Amino acid sequence: MAIPIIYNLRSVRVRWRTSIVAVLGIAGAVGVFVAMLALAKGFQATLVASGSPGNAIIRRAGATSEMESVVQRADVDIISTAPGVAKSADGRPLVSAEVVVVASLPRRDTGTDANVQIRGVSGLAMDVRDTVKMVQGRFFRPGVAEMVVGKNALRTVKFTDVGGHLHLGGTDWEIVGVFDAGGSAFDSEIWCDAEVLLQAYKRPQGIYQSLTAHLDSPESLQRLDDSLTSDPRLTVQVDREVDYYAKQSQAMSAMIRVLGFLVAAIMGIGAVFGALNTMYSAVSARAREIATLRAIGFRGGSIIMSFLTESVVISLAGGLVGCLAALTLNGLTVSTLNWQTFSHVAFAFRVTPQLLTNGLIFALIMGVLGGLPPAIRATRLVVASALREL
Amino acid sequence: MKYLPLVVKNLLRKKTRTLLTVLSIAVALFLYGLLVTIHGAFYQGVEMAGADRLVVRNRTSLIMPLPISYKERMLQIDGVAEVAHATWFGGVYQDERNFFVQFAIEPEPYLRMYPEFVISKVQLAEFMRDRESCLAGRKLVERFGWKVGDRIPIKGTIWPGVWEFNLRAIYDGKRPEDDTTQFMFRYDYLDERRQFGQGTVGWYMVKVKNPDDSGKICRAIDTRFANSPYETVTEPEKVFMTGFVKQMGNIELLILSIGAVVLFTLLLVTGNTMAMAVRERIGEIGVLKTVGFSDRAVLVLVLGESMTIAGIGGIIGIGLAKLFTLGGDPTHGFLPVFYFPPAKIVWGLILATAVGLASGLVPAVGAMRLKIVDALRRV
Repeated sequence: MAIPIIYNLRSVRVRWRTSIVAVLGIAGAVGVFVAMLALAKGFQATLVASGSPGNAIIRRAGATSEMESVVQRADVDIISTAPGVAKSADGRPLVSAEVVVVASLPRRDTGTDANVQIRGVSGLAMDVRDTVKMVQGRFFRPGVAEMVVGKNALRTVKFTDVGGHLHLGGTDWEIVGVFDAGGSAFDSEIWCDAEVLLQAYKRPQGIYQSLTAHLDSPESLQRLDDSLTSDPRLTVQVDREVDYYAKQSQAMSAMIRVLGFLVAAIMGIGAVFGALNTMYSAVSARAREIATLRAIGFRGGSIIMSFLTESVVISLAGGLVGCLAALTLNGLTVSTLNWQTFSHVAFAFRVTPQLLTNGLIFALIMGVLGGLPPAIRATRLVVASALREL
Repeated sequence: MKYLPLVVKNLLRKKTRTLLTVLSIAVALFLYGLLVTIHGAFYQGVEMAGADRLVVRNRTSLIMPLPISYKERMLQIDGVAEVAHATWFGGVYQDERNFFVQFAIEPEPYLRMYPEFVISKVQLAEFMRDRESCLAGRKLVERFGWKVGDRIPIKGTIWPGVWEFNLRAIYDGKRPEDDTTQFMFRYDYLDERRQFGQGTVGWYMVKVKNPDDSGKICRAIDTRFANSPYETVTEPEKVFMTGFVKQMGNIELLILSIGAVVLFTLLLVTGNTMAMAVRERIGEIGVLKTVGFSDRAVLVLVLGESMTIAGIGGIIGIGLAKLFTLGGDPTHGFLPVFYFPPAKIVWGLILATAVGLASGLVPAVGAMRLKIVDALRRV
């Protein structure tokens, strides 16, 4: 027969001091666990969101990121007419040959320099990346030293308000608009005309770094890949844009995850000790009650269940507190250096329902580990002597 | 000290509880060691920066090159003792996950610039003799099981193709905090073979005669190259490194907040244990006072107990942390220097003692103030 759960709830309340200690210990471990995973998830999500399954990114074979790649104008012409590349309403191929430079620009908050990615794109870039929308001002005019900034770049970098001026590569640029790229890595970038950017940086005209092509359907990637890689005039690799960005996030999110798991595991062990302490003292303080329960006929199994329930209640309470604490971080924007491109990328903590569930499962495991040994000890009490104890 | 047997007896009364509290503290101090080590790994460059070294980079960005002709022009500036350059190579060894830092250097001046890299004379001579030679740090060599004489293929990502290097020399750090995971090779080999970028370098290191002049020399260098196609930014190495860590995000805040959560929980756990211990023993404390123990002696007894728990826990935790860090970087290459320095170990032990003191204080003062009649009346 089971012991009513109200017995446990009441005894948790009576020993509220030790219970709170156990709850907070578990809350700390769960909070850190969820927060670190949310950080890794946010970074990954930001980079993955940058790619679209409907786009292909073409780089020189062997280049791990755009930074190291070279694509020539002649290649651009070949790729533009390749099968699988979508056309705009007026029949122009939807491709954007792009140049990326990294500039050190002062931050708004500290005044220190941040590496910001400046992307030179073609006039059709907004049609190629249809998730990017202008939210303020207008798009730059081709051939003019004008720039549009991503919404995170606007927030972090000084002098990027619409109408402001930036001095880069010996050229004076006017900021004419702000775009929203839906929380992706593009939001940390500044875009301008590729040709003007090449001129400003005194680079040879017609040498780009990568080419992004909008596919006529997501399935056309294979067709495009086959036709480009078998073309003897080209030495390029074709990747789906999503895969390219997902790969960029791998190393960084793996590092955050390793450190996060490590720290959370250690805190978890500490929290289990806290729970064990609480439950052991609960058992020893209630030796007479337990003996009484046994004397009136409750079996060992029900007593184990009862104490286990108590510790699980405590741990779930801790898990909830920890999750709520981590939830307050949701959406908080932080920024870091993306090692693959060597530039600044802003991203937000992303606390997903799945992470919260994992946090609660983590709390549950700690509760069971912390509750089982004391519960077993409770059943081992010798009824007669425990009853005699004062 | 004469109370020690009594303290030990009291601790052994509830063995499980004492053990669990000791272990909680050990876990917390282990975490402290780990966080300090991770923090040190990020700030290693800042800590180890030479006061007499300046970094000269392209004003636009670190990844933009500078002409090699700048070296002679910088040497003409007053107060400059030496100039050496380095160029980022960014290649991949076998797999992209095997990340380590590679750059091309001009061997003599560069190694003179970094006296903390120790290389045997024989190996150094070998390194200088071979055009395709390379120099690697001790930890890097151990990580991949290389030995002197090995031919190491590295796939270029900036300059394509497979580049092969002969491992001729291994360097050690003078101090345990020095980064020994770098891979260096000769600039003349790079410049001869690369497809583009000839005659440019990544950045310059400048050694100044007197560190007090570095501000003046930074300005002098930047003024000299102002209004050229390759404008420069010159900073002391420490400033450069700090800026670099800042870009990684606010690591300090992250570590401090985790540390604060842990410390707070720890105080609660030990404080709670001590409070329970004292509460159970109120009658006994009354008896002790009746037979003549002074209030202060009772205070010392309770504090001694909590500090013993914290002390033992601290030693175990710190010891385990030291062992763990000896095992090396758990992220494989992201934290090149994973070292728990002795000064931080001492701080950890002080921290443990402070926790013992703080958590025992409230129950101890309570026990001290306890009146004999009240204590004995309570059953």
